[in-house]
Amino acid sequence: MLDRSVDPVIRVRSLGNRFGSQVVHDGLDMEVRQNEIFGVVGGSGTGKSVLLRSILGLRHPDAGTVELYGRDVQTLAAADRSSLVQSYGVTFQNGALISSLTVAQNIQLPLREHYSLSEYTLDELAQLNLALVGLEPEAGAKFPSQLSGGMIKRAALARALALEPKLLFLDEPTSGLDPISAAAFDELLLYLHAQLRLTVVMITHDLDTLFETCTRVGVIVDKHMISDTLDGMLENPHPWIHSYFHGARARAAEKENHG
Amino acid sequence: MTVPLALEPAGTGWQLELRGDWSLAAMPQIEAQLESLPRALRGPVLCDWSHAAAPGIAPAWALLRRLSDAGLPAAEISHSGSPPHFLELLQKLELDLLRPSGPQVAPLKLEGPIAKLGRWSVLQGRHARGVLEFLGRIAAVIGQAFRRPRALRISSLARHVYETGITAIPIVSLIAFLISVIVAYIGAQQLSRFGADIFVVDLVTIAVLREMGVLLTAIIVAGRSGSAFAAEIGVMQLNEETDALRAMGMNPIEMLVVPRVLALIIVLPLLTVIADAMGLAGGGLLSLIDLNIPLPQFTYRLRESLSPTTFWSGLIKAPVFAALIAMVGTYRGMQVRDSARELGRLTTAAVVQSIFLVILADALFAVLFQKINF
Repeated sequence: MLDRSVDPVIRVRSLGNRFGSQVVHDGLDMEVRQNEIFGVVGGSGTGKSVLLRSILGLRHPDAGTVELYGRDVQTLAAADRSSLVQSYGVTFQNGALISSLTVAQNIQLPLREHYSLSEYTLDELAQLNLALVGLEPEAGAKFPSQLSGGMIKRAALARALALEPKLLFLDEPTSGLDPISAAAFDELLLYLHAQLRLTVVMITHDLDTLFETCTRVGVIVDKHMISDTLDGMLENPHPWIHSYFHGARARAAEKENHG
Repeated sequence: MTVPLALEPAGTGWQLELRGDWSLAAMPQIEAQLESLPRALRGPVLCDWSHAAAPGIAPAWALLRRLSDAGLPAAEISHSGSPPHFLELLQKLELDLLRPSGPQVAPLKLEGPIAKLGRWSVLQGRHARGVLEFLGRIAAVIGQAFRRPRALRISSLARHVYETGITAIPIVSLIAFLISVIVAYIGAQQLSRFGADIFVVDLVTIAVLREMGVLLTAIIVAGRSGSAFAAEIGVMQLNEETDALRAMGMNPIEMLVVPRVLALIIVLPLLTVIADAMGLAGGGLLSLIDLNIPLPQFTYRLRESLSPTTFWSGLIKAPVFAALIAMVGTYRGMQVRDSARELGRLTTAAVVQSIFLVILADALFAVLFQKINF
């Protein structure tokens, strides 16, 4: 059982988000604890990405508070904000690698911005991060447009890891990958999670990934979030959650994982 | 401040004591200290982590790399004093990493000016072929339109007429008005010295109608719409939208390029007429205020100074300029590949080249009109 006495890494309280008259979140609560892999699930248009953007401070929510490591994201001064930003890594859905830089330069970008390091060290660190995510050293010299989908996801993860974050946000890390690459990515994530002691928040639609990696799951339904362990989710009577975790695809993923 | 590391002999080998801040933030100091270690080390090295605070991955990695650069096999390096939890992972990665054997020598490049010239001309040849192909495709679509009027995409055409034409009216009017006021003002200053004030009217009329009206409009439109064409089509290229159109059996030249080219060919002459009118109005206003030439006298003099071809010799250039601007913009847009930087580079190229081509064409027209007394 997880230690409840430790302060949560992320605490979202009664979050509200709306676009015009369309309410996306209304009183959404979410807690992520140290060293968890927390999966965020929800139907299309339930505001998974909006939630992520609110947590990252990229979007100002209409109501509620977001705390990272006990600090309110919205009221932080610019200097604190910069140190907070350095404490987490993010990968975006389509990688969001800077297209005019090589993979190695993409990885070095945050390092160059925040530290003054020699070119030799920067090259070494690019090598390290490529090795961490299982990319060949040669991939560093390539441009994002020359990479396959799976390599882009890994390169984006390498960039997110460059500042040695303790907290990692992944937006659909396995979408658009073939099942073998997706499984390899799951394995990589579990490996890094164990080795680097990361806390991971992951938006995903991939049931295999969910069953394979996540310690807890938060489902966005009816503008709220229901969080539970996977076993708890399987017994949840809510109709959407039930059909999500008991559909044909879910059964296959579950069987594979338990069997 | 504590020095991050200290190397001391211990028994047959060395003890490396790591002290103070060993996080990523202290990387510059650690880096400098690692540099000062001996180039080559012999004998077992024991790294003592017990005094290192908050060790980070990058410094630990730099340390491992430095030790292995110094020629120490992994078996000779040991760690004590609660080394960081990720050390094992780093050691494994470090072993996997193949080192290049010996310093890499870049192959000598013996590229003389002749080779460069050759490369350049091949490139130019390819460019020329690309442009020719592009023109051919446009011509093919327009040719088809005679049999299949739908190929003209009237609704798309209308949108571009609105965006490149109607919305450009205010800025074109304003600039034409102001420039002609400036020309009239300078002309008045010079001509009034000879008492030839009235010739300001001739100056403004001929300058605006023959050259300035159309040239100004073309340059404004090149900046406004040429760049927009290149950027719009360029982003569609980056998002693979053009590929999607092709895959659905639609021709991107027909859908994207031809409507823009035709729209600009329709719009630029109309904008030129507006610019001409505003230019003459500016000249008239300045003549009235600065030279006390009343409006009836201005219009009389204006008609006197006009030859039958003055107005048309300006207007006839407009469709040609329009075609140049639209085709350069869309061509550059279609060339965008791979990266955001390409998009910026080609959008800039579109504007610069279309303005250059417009001015070049204008010069050719001037020579031509002079030869045929137009």
